[in-house]
Amino acid sequence: MSAITEFFYFSGYAWYVWGSYGLTAAFMIAEVILVIRGKKSMVNRLARMARLNNSSSE
Amino acid sequence: MGFKNSVIWLYFSSPRNFYPFAGKLIPWFGWLAAVLMIIGLYIGFFVAPPVLSDQKEYYVIIFIHVPAAWMSMFIYIIMSLYAFIALVWNIKMSEMMATALAPTGAMFTFLALWTGALWGRPSWGAYWVWDARLTSELILLFLYIGFMSLQSAIDDPRRAARASGLLAVVGAINVPIIYFSVRWWNTLHQGFSVQPAQTQQLMDPSIKWGMLILALAFWMYTIAVVLYRVRTIILERERQTTWVQELVSSKS
Amino acid sequence: MSESSLLLASRSMLVRDLTLAMRRKADVLTTLFFFLIVVSLFPLGVGPQMEMLRGIAPGVIWVAALLASMLSLGRLFSDDYQDGTLEQILLEPHPLSVLVLSKVLAHWLLSGLPLVIFSPLLAMQLGLDGEAIVLLLITLMLGTPALSLIGAVGAALTLGLRGGGVLISLLVLPLYIPILIFGAGAVESQNAGLGAQAHLSILGAFLMLTLVFAPISTATALRISMD
Repeated sequence: MSAITEFFYFSGYAWYVWGSYGLTAAFMIAEVILVIRGKKSMVNRLARMARLNNSSSE
Repeated sequence: MGFKNSVIWLYFSSPRNFYPFAGKLIPWFGWLAAVLMIIGLYIGFFVAPPVLSDQKEYYVIIFIHVPAAWMSMFIYIIMSLYAFIALVWNIKMSEMMATALAPTGAMFTFLALWTGALWGRPSWGAYWVWDARLTSELILLFLYIGFMSLQSAIDDPRRAARASGLLAVVGAINVPIIYFSVRWWNTLHQGFSVQPAQTQQLMDPSIKWGMLILALAFWMYTIAVVLYRVRTIILERERQTTWVQELVSSKS
Repeated sequence: MSESSLLLASRSMLVRDLTLAMRRKADVLTTLFFFLIVVSLFPLGVGPQMEMLRGIAPGVIWVAALLASMLSLGRLFSDDYQDGTLEQILLEPHPLSVLVLSKVLAHWLLSGLPLVIFSPLLAMQLGLDGEAIVLLLITLMLGTPALSLIGAVGAALTLGLRGGGVLISLLVLPLYIPILIFGAGAVESQNAGLGAQAHLSILGAFLMLTLVFAPISTATALRISMD
């Protein structure tokens, strides 16, 4: 077995170790994406509302 | 000095001033989190010994399990402190910080449970045991869920923030009582004691350092994400003000 | 003079709540029947072996009592909220927390006390003996008022919300856990020969703590919800 496959095999404990690290990484990355997206959509929503207000007042 | 400090606090307790300040801080904390995470993971996987006395290779889960569990509790404490400040002194910014902290806290609580389960299977032969600390962690997750459900059930953002803030404070008073009760319950039922004493003594310093550095990385990550989220909340709650209107129209 | 008027106000609040409830006896009976039915479901679910039922009896009765007392929490403030009485109460010169306390007392008399009274019957059905039944009765007597007090905070926080009933359970059940542990644990500890004195003392301490803090928190929650 090469060093790399051995590293990922983790003496047979691969599921436990990579299951933990994988989900942690996935959650943290997902949270960052969600937070960035949430702010973008909020800015877009507020901008749309502002445009509507402007056009209705004119 | 006291006067100067209070002036600074007053300055940043205004959402208008806090918004750009938070925006400047986010990249710093984000990069710090990334660098610390790489260092911590390097120590965990390559520097620390591959096995820990009776624990085989799977013990590397410790490097995210313990920091996640710490964060889940720290964030609840900080969240209820913000909620308490918001209730007593009626500071809007503090209210928003409490709201912004909850999802990240719930995430770390879930991750602590998940990694605990995956660590438990090889070391005690079961994914879940009704150990005092695991059970308390589960109840903590319920408290986070209650906080967020109440928040999302109330339409008026001000009432939502204040009501869930009160719930957080009541929950924080209860957390030590719950922990104490669960431990009592656990000893009565001759439950598992998960902390092997000799493992603690044999712990290599590199393991401690790895855990501490990753905990610090999680802290920095939390600050960055929470500041980002609180900026969104500020925009929502201050949408009627001219500075938000100007900011939004300059971006579109 | 002001003290006696406060006493008068809280007593009239209690009498009023009890009178209103007596006009709708069905509500009180619903809670009680819910309690009886939930406990009766357990032998059907886990099997009729007396030995096992005796083991789980304190836990089953406690969980059922907890759910039953939570079931009626939704109505604690909502009727007064809908007909505008609550706004009047908020405007009164008396401290809100004391008035809240008499409302909670009324709630306990109507939904907690009946459960306590009927619990020996269920305990007998599940095979507990005399001593254990008395102990269970005492723990329920000490614990259910604390449940009503904690539940009041949840009821005040969810006042007037859509789906408030389910939401209350999410907020309140985690906070009930210590009372459940010591309430149900007392009988088990007695059976194990360890004695139940410590459990009863701690339950009493919980009751005192909730008696002090819950009305204040409930009053704050009501103010937030009515703002």
